Amino acid sequence: MLQINNLVVQIEDKRILNGLNLTVNKGEVAAIMGPNGSGKSTLSYVIAGREDYEVLDGEILLDGQNLLEMEPDQRAAAGVFLAFQYPLEIPGVATMTFLKASLNAQRKARGEAELSTPDFIKRVNAAAAKLEIQKDMLKRALNVGFSGGEKKRMEILQMALLEPTFCILDETDSGLDIDALRIVSEGVNTLREAGRGFLVITHYQRLLNYIVPDTVHVMASGRIVKSGGKELALELEANGYADYRQSDAA
Amino acid sequence: MPAVQETIEQVRSIDVDQYKYGFVTDVEMEKPAKGLTEDTVRYISAKKGEPEWMLEWRLDAYRRWLTMKEPDWARVSYDRVDYNDIYYYAAPKMNAAPKTLDEVDPEILRTYEKLGIPLREQEILAGVQTSRVAVDAVFDSVSVATTFKAELAKAGVIFMPISEALREHPELVRKYLGTVVPVTDNFFATLNSAVFSDGSFVYIPPGVRCPMELSTYFRINEKNTGQFERTLIIADKGSYVSYLEGCTAPQRDENQLHAAVVELVALDDAEIKYSTVQNWYPGDAEGRGGIYNFVTKRGDCRGRNSVITWTQVETGSAITWKYPSCILRGEGSRGEFYSIAISNGMQQVDSGTKMIHLGKNTTSRIISKGISAGRSQNTYRGLVSAHRKASGARNFTNCDSLLIGDRCGAHTVPYIESKNASAVFEHEATTSKISEDQLFYCQQRGLSAEEATALIVNGFVKDVLQKLPMEFAVEAQKLIAISLEGSVG
Repeated sequence: MLQINNLVVQIEDKRILNGLNLTVNKGEVAAIMGPNGSGKSTLSYVIAGREDYEVLDGEILLDGQNLLEMEPDQRAAAGVFLAFQYPLEIPGVATMTFLKASLNAQRKARGEAELSTPDFIKRVNAAAAKLEIQKDMLKRALNVGFSGGEKKRMEILQMALLEPTFCILDETDSGLDIDALRIVSEGVNTLREAGRGFLVITHYQRLLNYIVPDTVHVMASGRIVKSGGKELALELEANGYADYRQSDAA
Repeated sequence: MPAVQETIEQVRSIDVDQYKYGFVTDVEMEKPAKGLTEDTVRYISAKKGEPEWMLEWRLDAYRRWLTMKEPDWARVSYDRVDYNDIYYYAAPKMNAAPKTLDEVDPEILRTYEKLGIPLREQEILAGVQTSRVAVDAVFDSVSVATTFKAELAKAGVIFMPISEALREHPELVRKYLGTVVPVTDNFFATLNSAVFSDGSFVYIPPGVRCPMELSTYFRINEKNTGQFERTLIIADKGSYVSYLEGCTAPQRDENQLHAAVVELVALDDAEIKYSTVQNWYPGDAEGRGGIYNFVTKRGDCRGRNSVITWTQVETGSAITWKYPSCILRGEGSRGEFYSIAISNGMQQVDSGTKMIHLGKNTTSRIISKGISAGRSQNTYRGLVSAHRKASGARNFTNCDSLLIGDRCGAHTVPYIESKNASAVFEHEATTSKISEDQLFYCQQRGLSAEEATALIVNGFVKDVLQKLPMEFAVEAQKLIAISLEGSVG
């Protein structure tokens, strides 16, 4: 479903991605691991359409549509969801209001009818209960004063509500204690289904104990340098990224 | 993606240029010669059939005005007004005082229909609107219709054009006019005192809670015409009134002057809520045309435990120069100022408030939200002062500014003067920018850049929007979205 061919990206004249190739199939959970500065977060931003990055070459196809020609909100409506490493605070905007505005904007873009308020509330409450999110949190301004764990759970709540076809999790495990990690992972696992692809970006193998990937890719210097099954993650955990760093230098 | 392309085109074409209320009504007007002389003042006074003392009051103001200089301390720049090149009075040719709506020029009625201002009581009563609002409609220099007068009279409430009040209740007008904003207060107020043509007069008798919202709707239609309205609201002991004013004007290439004076008087235990949704024509994208909004608004908390609240949503005008203020004279009285000032295009706003604590245990609260976009400049200017006798005075001020884009400016100029050691004044101020990160985050969830901006801005102004009467809060929210269209991307 997601196909990235020879992607070359720079930011302020600094080359970050160097001819990256990656394919994620429908129903597949692909993990990307790699050392700091290898370009993992850049990859997630470029797929979602963040402005500051200059794409010099290559293409990103989602079900055959060229994402690079679309605005971020069009990509979202086409099914791309990015769970942010650092979710943003939107002061004064109640979480409920934000969720409703996003969901209806996407539905409108896809030519679907807006959801009625009772239907909407039902869906939010169901998703919130699974993620152990208290109702009064939904009335508070989005992410304002939320703890790190609450922010990450809110990202997964949005993911569940918006029903994207392709989900990117950018370092979702960072800043989570073991209980929050379990809740978030369960939230993600319930969304795994045949039609949906996942790209899970992480430093540590720990997250992959909870969200078990189908494939693991190692990223270094803006390229995928090794791909394998879930055992590759364990290997990296044992040996570190040293080998790949050396191969950079070479 | 043709649909989206269309949206982008649409958004591009929208700027401050797309002003929804910019149409002109074609109606025969009567006007004196351009320019200002004693004769102009006499002409206006005679047109209104005013008592002799009123004419003397005006002439006195006119003579003083001749000796005054236009103020230049505000952070705005503009071509000075040529006071001899404008009309000071313009009235639709019709019966001097229409008794019913049938006597009002249908063109004018259509104007208010287009603006969405209900003037036909029966239609309002038929339940088109859930809540009832009494309206005084001022067209250029005269009031053309006032609704629900009879029903209000039953409660003892006087709500009528000030020109009519001068004839019907001269003693009340004389007792209060100019007691809050003295004739010589400032250049524009003095000019207004000489030439004011119409506006609303409200008197709420002791112990009466006004049974409905009152509102005045100002429309400048005529070319080269200044609008000088005068509003006087008196809330007698223990009474309550909520009042709203709205304003629009046609789109014209030249600037037009609007120099109003509003005076509020609250006696013991009385409360006045005064809300403004100001949407004068702001000029085009290059800064041509638009209204000069030079307005003096002041409330006097004259009685013990009286309360005056100013709430304003300012989105229009080329230049805004306006400081709705409270004189906290009565012991235990309270003044509040809640403001949202939005500037886009080439607009310049210099606005704020003055809270003058004279009495013991007086309190005041200022919440100001300034939003600048385009190439606009937005200044908050506020004074909080405590008189020697104002023991226990308290003020809390919060000024937040939000910048959209990198070509606009936000400025905060607070003045604090305390002559009483027991006064406690707090001031908080922040300036922030809608970050690229916030916009991207919202867009990633499916909102367009414009929708995301409107959402973030609405969050920013929420505290103040909540202070507006319900039915106007919705209108204000829409207005904010329109004002900011085309400000991103």
